[in-house]
Amino acid sequence: MNRYPLWKYLMVLAALAIGLLYTLPNFFGESPAVQVAGAKSTVKVDNTVLTRVEEILARSNITPTGAYFEQNGPIGTVRVRFDTTDVQLKAKDIIEKTLNPDPQNADYTVALNLLPASPNWLSALGAHPMYLGLDLRGGVHFLLQVDMKGALTSRYDSLAGDARNVLRDAKLPSNGVERSDMSVVATFPTADERDAAASELRRAMPDMVFTNAAASGGQFPLTGKLTTTAQSLVQTNALKQNINTLHNRINELGVAEPIIQQQGADRIVVQLPGVQDVAKAKEILGRTATLEIRMVDDSPSAMAALNAGTVPFGLERYTDRDGRPLLLRRQVILTGENLQDAQPGRDQQTQQPSVNLTLDSKGARIFRDVTRNNINKRMAIVLFEQGKGEVVTAPVIRSEIPGGQVQITGSMSAQEAADTALLLRAGALAAPMEIIEERTIGPSLGADNIKQGFDSTLYGFLAIVVFIILYYHMMGLFSALGLTFNVLLLLAVLSMLQATLTLPGIAAIALTLGMAIDANVLINERIREELRNGASPQQAINLGFDRAWATIFDSNLTSLIVGVALLAFGTGPIRGFAVVHCIGILTSMFSSVVGVRALVNLWYGSKRRLQSISIGQVWKPEQK
Amino acid sequence: MEFFRIHRTFPFMRHALVLNLISLITFVAAVVFIVLRGFHLSIEFTGGTVMEVHYQQAVQVDDVRDSLQGLGYTDFQVQNFGTSQDIMIRLPARGGEDAGKQSENVMQALQQKHSDASLRRVEFVGPQVGQELLHNGLMALLFVVAGILIYLGFRFEWKLALACAIANLHDVVIILGFFALFQWEFSLSVLAGVLAVLGYSVNESVVVMDRIRENFRKQRKMSVSGIIDLSITQNISRTIITHGSTQMVVLSMFFFGGPTLHYFALALTIGIWFGIYSSVFVAAAISMWLGVKREDLVKPIKKDDPSAEIV
Repeated sequence: MNRYPLWKYLMVLAALAIGLLYTLPNFFGESPAVQVAGAKSTVKVDNTVLTRVEEILARSNITPTGAYFEQNGPIGTVRVRFDTTDVQLKAKDIIEKTLNPDPQNADYTVALNLLPASPNWLSALGAHPMYLGLDLRGGVHFLLQVDMKGALTSRYDSLAGDARNVLRDAKLPSNGVERSDMSVVATFPTADERDAAASELRRAMPDMVFTNAAASGGQFPLTGKLTTTAQSLVQTNALKQNINTLHNRINELGVAEPIIQQQGADRIVVQLPGVQDVAKAKEILGRTATLEIRMVDDSPSAMAALNAGTVPFGLERYTDRDGRPLLLRRQVILTGENLQDAQPGRDQQTQQPSVNLTLDSKGARIFRDVTRNNINKRMAIVLFEQGKGEVVTAPVIRSEIPGGQVQITGSMSAQEAADTALLLRAGALAAPMEIIEERTIGPSLGADNIKQGFDSTLYGFLAIVVFIILYYHMMGLFSALGLTFNVLLLLAVLSMLQATLTLPGIAAIALTLGMAIDANVLINERIREELRNGASPQQAINLGFDRAWATIFDSNLTSLIVGVALLAFGTGPIRGFAVVHCIGILTSMFSSVVGVRALVNLWYGSKRRLQSISIGQVWKPEQK
Repeated sequence: MEFFRIHRTFPFMRHALVLNLISLITFVAAVVFIVLRGFHLSIEFTGGTVMEVHYQQAVQVDDVRDSLQGLGYTDFQVQNFGTSQDIMIRLPARGGEDAGKQSENVMQALQQKHSDASLRRVEFVGPQVGQELLHNGLMALLFVVAGILIYLGFRFEWKLALACAIANLHDVVIILGFFALFQWEFSLSVLAGVLAVLGYSVNESVVVMDRIRENFRKQRKMSVSGIIDLSITQNISRTIITHGSTQMVVLSMFFFGGPTLHYFALALTIGIWFGIYSSVFVAAAISMWLGVKREDLVKPIKKDDPSAEIV
């Protein structure tokens, strides 16, 4: 008759248990927490920091409800959870004071955060609540477009410099090496010299392809272009470096759980949940700057041109941060790519505030050569923000600087030194970026959205449940239980996948409920129909479920096709909708067919002489 | 309780011609509206800035307009949003001006007039993103239609598949027509709703088609139109109940879901009702015009009997 083998009941039971377990964390809400992260890329946060934080708290008699260490890629974070916000604030002050004895030179960022309040045994089982999207919890979302052309241009600029060095080292004379659009062009007085240079350049710069261009006016140009693999390498590196830079900058903001991800080939998504000071966030991100080091032309003729307001050939006019004009050579010595770090510090002898730069090996080599040849001249560090260059600092070179450790001192305060260092670090973007999408959701709107989404789902669900029980009686109750089971499974799967719940996602949950009931209506109508045609109750149940299955399968599969298409082509809200929609279709097929069948079998299946099914009135036409 | 006490088979197909004409007229009207009036696309597609500003006290829309005009904007919209304390501002993207600065400047100007203005939401979308979204949306639509055609063609037969696809496209075009006619805001979530309707309405057609196929097998002597009538009649109570249930949820979204879900729910509502209409009258009738025959469906079923799969 209508009985399931034991394993099927057990399977449904197991699904129910798992559903309950993994849905559970979503109901505990969040509790206040303190988050500790490294403020500098040199400071590693690991388990020792966790034990240190625990010791600090124990000494001050603060008992946390949980302390965790999490390693996310290269970045480690320590999070400590507390009962109340009072304790949280107290703990934050103590941790901050102890970890950062010198607030001017902080090793760690200590920030307030919210952590899921689910009990530890649930977290140990891997049961975590869903993430709430920005539209539900408030925060800022940015989509940044990386200017790949800009990345390539600056790469060609430095390649032109490299080529110049190669030719000089090999003592091959040229009439000049310049970047011309997306290529490096070197010109030579004779074809022979060009050939010699070409073979030397090919050997020294394997990433480039050098071709001869048509000679004109006694000039023999040689054009160098990057190979396509090298080009795409430049682009991926640029993107990676920008993401790293953004990570560092956002860490300085002390944001809890920022999301910084690559999207597509040349875009970066930044999401800062809970950030309300949008202006500050934008200021930090908007400092989409690139850095260049160039020589200042202080020669009398240049000074005369500056006073006359003209710009001689080969020079460019910039202003420093106080608005004073400077003439800089076009030739770029170093770019932000070669700058590994910039930190504020103090000169060991004079105790003057300073900015300490660390260059990579290539940068160090170039820097040594340049400083050796230009003692007592000025070099300028230029920061380009949104296409505009500004001289951050233009110190005089006092001696040759080997080893890549550069110290800039001058008349600046400790705060200015810190600002300059931050600007220079910020300048280590490999390519300029531009905000092409921005979304800011206030916290009150987020709370409203949660409430509205929850309400509409709840009322819709209740309406269906009341109606279906009125209409189908006992079978309706089973269907309603199946629907509840479906919600439970859906939430559990979403929590397991650690999906991000958004408002469209909540809409999809509601819609899934509305569509999931279709399967039960199909089944119940079929059972009624079989009863109408004179089948015995047990037979009708069996036939009803069996015959409805093909239809349920077909109709759900077509819905699934739509869901997958939305997932494949959708972005943003559509994706949030599609994920829930797809999972909802799968869970609803399981719960409404297997789950409800298990209930029906359990209730009716064992009754041998079943006289009637409680499925509401089954009306039969009189003529039959 | 049983709502539908059906004494006899309704002769749906007798009126097929009239019903199809009605469909055709609605469809053409929808296309005309779309072409003539176009869509009121949200900034997600067009690019620009939307700001939602909340005031402690009710605020005059004209006041806000003045502030914006003071900033030199000409092409902008200001409207109340939900309550008289909430204002929605749409600004076009201004070349050269940084998006971040734009909303800050506006907020400054607004706060000068009313210090109680607080920013609830800002959304800025660059023009290139909008283009892509539009492109992706169309791709999704294409993929869905193709996917459904292939699946139904494989599962049923090409005439039914084609009829289904036409019926469902008809629904989508009519929803779009409504959005064009009333100039409701067409946003990404509406697009998601429209595509969901596509799946939903295919769902409905599949249920009807399933019945048609089953009855072709059972009723060996009945005419084609008779079988279609019978299938629809047998399904009608399920159709109404299922869609009624879904509609309850959608209505709940419409009333309680707030402004974000408003148009989403509206698109679904139109989609649900036209979905019923189209799968009952349009899909079945078109498959009849296309000349669906018993042999089309019954022959492959020998191998592909749905009831054979369950056992």
